[in-house]
Amino acid sequence: MTSALPVRLSGRDPRTRMRVLLAPVVLGVLVLGLWQLAVESFEIDPFVIPSPQAIFDRFITNISSIVDGVTVTGRNALMGLVIGAVIGIVGALLASATWIFDEMTAPLVAALSVIPIVALAPVLYTLYGAAAETARIIVAALSVIVPVYLNTLRGLRQVRPVHRDLMRSHAASAPQVARTVTLPTATPYVFTGLRIASSLAVISALIAEYFGGPVGGLGKSITSAAASSNYPLAWAYVLGAILLGLAFYVVTLLVERFFTRHTGSD
Amino acid sequence: MSTVASPGATGAGSTTTAVTVTRVHRLFAAQGKGSSVSALEDVDLTVADGEFVSLIGPSGCGKSTLLRLIADLDQPTSGTVEVFGKPAQRARLDHDYGIAFQQAGLLPWRSVTANVELPLELHGMDRRARRDRVGELLELVGLSDFAKHYPDQLSGGMQQRVAIARSLAEKPKLLLMDEPFGALDEITRERMQNELVRIGAETGAAVVFVTHSIPEAVFLSDRVVVMSPRPGRIVDVVPSDLGAAERRDDSFRDDAAFFHTVARVREHLHGTPVSGIRGVENQ
Repeated sequence: MTSALPVRLSGRDPRTRMRVLLAPVVLGVLVLGLWQLAVESFEIDPFVIPSPQAIFDRFITNISSIVDGVTVTGRNALMGLVIGAVIGIVGALLASATWIFDEMTAPLVAALSVIPIVALAPVLYTLYGAAAETARIIVAALSVIVPVYLNTLRGLRQVRPVHRDLMRSHAASAPQVARTVTLPTATPYVFTGLRIASSLAVISALIAEYFGGPVGGLGKSITSAAASSNYPLAWAYVLGAILLGLAFYVVTLLVERFFTRHTGSD
Repeated sequence: MSTVASPGATGAGSTTTAVTVTRVHRLFAAQGKGSSVSALEDVDLTVADGEFVSLIGPSGCGKSTLLRLIADLDQPTSGTVEVFGKPAQRARLDHDYGIAFQQAGLLPWRSVTANVELPLELHGMDRRARRDRVGELLELVGLSDFAKHYPDQLSGGMQQRVAIARSLAEKPKLLLMDEPFGALDEITRERMQNELVRIGAETGAAVVFVTHSIPEAVFLSDRVVVMSPRPGRIVDVVPSDLGAAERRDDSFRDDAAFFHTVARVREHLHGTPVSGIRGVENQ
């Protein structure tokens, strides 16, 4: 049922857990070491790729402006995530309740899922003005709607026949069935959708900055640092973007874990 | 052999009936155009108050369909199903029966307590009374120590016991069970059968029990209803009045009368006399 979940760390014995955590850390350190060694020994130019040491230096010295960028992009991504999630969940509830709505929206959702949503950014900037963050939030929200909608709708259709029989045998009313069976069944799927959407929200909010809008945000900072040939600084902002995306992913993953902790009996 | 003992029946003189199935047919539309499959054909069955009746037969004989008709999870094509003298739908709406399925069907996001109290919660019993009743039920099925556990932390047998506790929550006078032990191993299964005999005796409920295990049917039942497939119909009803419920324990499984009844049921299932079963002569 939730086989798409990554490996669970909890509930294993400590030695296995150590090994699961240690292996990627060792690999990461090894790659960074080789990278540093290669840049130094082959004297690779920073515009090709700067050394991890240089990137890290810039990261530390520019930490306050990176935090500012993370705040701007992160806020846009979060607002987009919340707005898109609400639209996606409400849409899925409507679609599962009324087949006509489902039939009507199916082609729309298919169309929405193939639009390169960030490509809408220039249009939205002219619509809402280049001084406002609105366009970026909308881009993030649009990218979130489809995965949340599809996962929620799938979850709402996972009610097991035995549970349906059970509720019928107890003469449960429609609201009772929704509250005690349908919604709890769908909940883990909703959070799986949110986990997938969270990374998309950050990426979309960041890339939307490339197409214009107000100064501030990681995307703008990356382009301006690269434009002034300050490549290690550009990479330092990229590192900031990676950390932001990771934070979104981990938080949504933990929430998803919480809601899937008791699934899959008999 | 004319009268069938109904142990546990209340009001000895006027034995009311728990279930009355009259001339029931159930046709299912088949995948092909126009054709249909007869799942049940001309089925008559009565179950007295407090009586334990098993439905047995090979796959496709309609035994589960019959149970679903009694539970009003499905409707007959023709004929009537009455539960405690009312139409099956009325009985379902009045919460007159408890039901257990082959899959335990517990809600995985609810604790054992919350699962058992589900019917009580749906029907508006207040929290305090619910907790008291759940305490009694968990004691009855021997799971008092697992009240706060979740279904995924329990074995298959324990999950099934929780499902049985749930089916008993509203003290129903009729219990419908659709192969509740079908997915359990033999050892757990026999233990569960012993417990069901005890629970049946303690609650005095009538039970309709679907199974495809002959010894299980004979061990548990007052009467065994033997069914045949395509079309599903009742072949015969074998009384298994081997004494009161208190006498049905593990030693009873080795009893000559037990083997005798098992042989009779098997004979009806196969349609031909089975000779020489442990030297028991059939009437």
